[in-house]
Amino acid sequence: MDSKRNSRRELLKAGAALAGGITLGTGGKAQAQHDHPMTPGSENASPMIHGSKEQIEYGQRSKYVTSVRVQHPIGGRPSPDVFGKVFHVATPLQDSVGVITPSSLHYIATTRGSFLPDIDPKQHTLTIHGLVDRPLTLTMDELKRFPSVTRLHFIECAGNRHNGKQKTVQDTHGMTSCSEWTGVLLSTLLKECGLKGSAKWFVAEGAEEVKGASSIPIEKAMDDCIIAYGMNGEPLRPQQGFPVRIMVPGFEGIYHTKFLRRIKLVDRFYMNYNEFGHLRPEDKELALGEQIGPKSVITYPSGTQRLPGPGFYEISGLAWSGGGAVKTVEVSTDGGKKWNRAEFKNTPQRMAHVRFAYPWKWDGTETAILSRCTDEIGQRQAMREEIANWWKVPFERDYRVPGLDNSVMPWKIARDGSVTNGLA
Amino acid sequence: MASLKVVTISLLLGSLLGSPAFAQSPTYGVGRTPTAEELRRMDISIGPTGEELPPGRGTAKEGAQVYVQKACIGCHGAAGIGGLAPILQSKQGADVPVWKKERILPLRAPHATIVWDFINRGMPVGLEGTLTPDEVYSLTAYLLFLNKVIPEDLVLDKQSLPKVRMPIGDEFGKPHHFKLNAPRLEGYPY
Repeated sequence: MDSKRNSRRELLKAGAALAGGITLGTGGKAQAQHDHPMTPGSENASPMIHGSKEQIEYGQRSKYVTSVRVQHPIGGRPSPDVFGKVFHVATPLQDSVGVITPSSLHYIATTRGSFLPDIDPKQHTLTIHGLVDRPLTLTMDELKRFPSVTRLHFIECAGNRHNGKQKTVQDTHGMTSCSEWTGVLLSTLLKECGLKGSAKWFVAEGAEEVKGASSIPIEKAMDDCIIAYGMNGEPLRPQQGFPVRIMVPGFEGIYHTKFLRRIKLVDRFYMNYNEFGHLRPEDKELALGEQIGPKSVITYPSGTQRLPGPGFYEISGLAWSGGGAVKTVEVSTDGGKKWNRAEFKNTPQRMAHVRFAYPWKWDGTETAILSRCTDEIGQRQAMREEIANWWKVPFERDYRVPGLDNSVMPWKIARDGSVTNGLA
Repeated sequence: MASLKVVTISLLLGSLLGSPAFAQSPTYGVGRTPTAEELRRMDISIGPTGEELPPGRGTAKEGAQVYVQKACIGCHGAAGIGGLAPILQSKQGADVPVWKKERILPLRAPHATIVWDFINRGMPVGLEGTLTPDEVYSLTAYLLFLNKVIPEDLVLDKQSLPKVRMPIGDEFGKPHHFKLNAPRLEGYPY
């Protein structure tokens, strides 16, 4: 009798809450206010999230999951800046599991700081011209009629460099992300256009206000470039180039032109403004600035995290290479003296993140943990000292790796379990 | 008649088997051919030879006026110094080698065509694509003059712009021949 009356009271309370326009979260509170003993185990352990139209139509993450992107420390430009432009924003790798970066947390980078174009896909076209027999203009609907591919690929910004000043793995390595991309192979489209033998490079150009353009070798175009319209099971997000971008697997991020509107086949290297940024005095350094080298980083435990005490931990991290699939990852738990083979949590794929792990029993003493990887074409991730030795330059604390920085990242573990940047 | 049949059959076979002799014919027939006029308007890529440059002309003196009229001065400062946007005139002396000077587009670019291309595609911020070819030639001339690359009275146009000798000369790394499934740099193990 009592309990019946109480339920009725609860219902009335909930009704009043709804009538008062109180929505998500607070409705749950009303339910939790039981003022009578219940059968042990029958009570709800948590408040309830009341269904709303928005919740049902488009899912939200739990309010207890608060992981967000942050401004990348290198470059020093805020996003958004005073004008509302976006520059470099890093993904929270410390919270990542598996290999897919949620689209909403994918890192962002723009050519020179850019507004996000708000493109109506019905108005957008992609044109292929230059050294082809038949120039071609495609609407987005027409593009989707071609045979498609779906592949896992990472993208990494050339600015993804680690140094001793950074605190978290988001600061040191957050300018890389990995997604499942769907689109049409560029080779399919170039064959459709009749590629001329004189075409040696192509220029891929975006539709944002600066119309960022990059020159890419034709060998890459015919191998694995994808004109992508899908990302992680849905259309590309605007921050990743909606409605269409080019994927240039394994090449640094800037080549993956977003808001793609034009591909021009040319007979020589076209130095665009983007390439001006790549300009270096030496051929050798330039060569290390196009394709991403073999690279890995431990994401747990990583900078600013804290191990609660000695005992078992699964060290976990990500490895990738622009040269192909990752072949092996090794982990050291003694500052780099002994290297142990890590296990893979997913099958390594070409130019994609792979999740690695190594089981570890921490004895509570001070140490450093590191990871390194080798890719399928035999390139191995090196310590900074090794790279300096190869270049025959003295190794100093703030040594800058030539080209893209794919050197080993150490994390220091103190006796109180706190994890800090091993380069500091 | 018989030979026509043979041709038809071999065409069909060719497209079905993807025979190399017919690889250049369209397979899917989706999409349309853009008109020459559409391509001309859309093609803003200016290569080092300058072949895509439109007609037009400009000098540094004219460029100095455009620089003020188009409010370049607001972000880049008077004569390219002192603004919030990247500086456009070197503060270094003439005897300093170009690689030791600031990374300034109209100074370090290996081809003057890149300067033209970038102003044309990316400036002014918020009003990109509104400059006329004459204005872009003039601004290019002004910025090259500020950095002592060209004399003040040189007329830049489709013919003269690609011929401008940039201070960097040939002293810059050239893109290597990209090879699939090969290390980034031959002999480099990392």
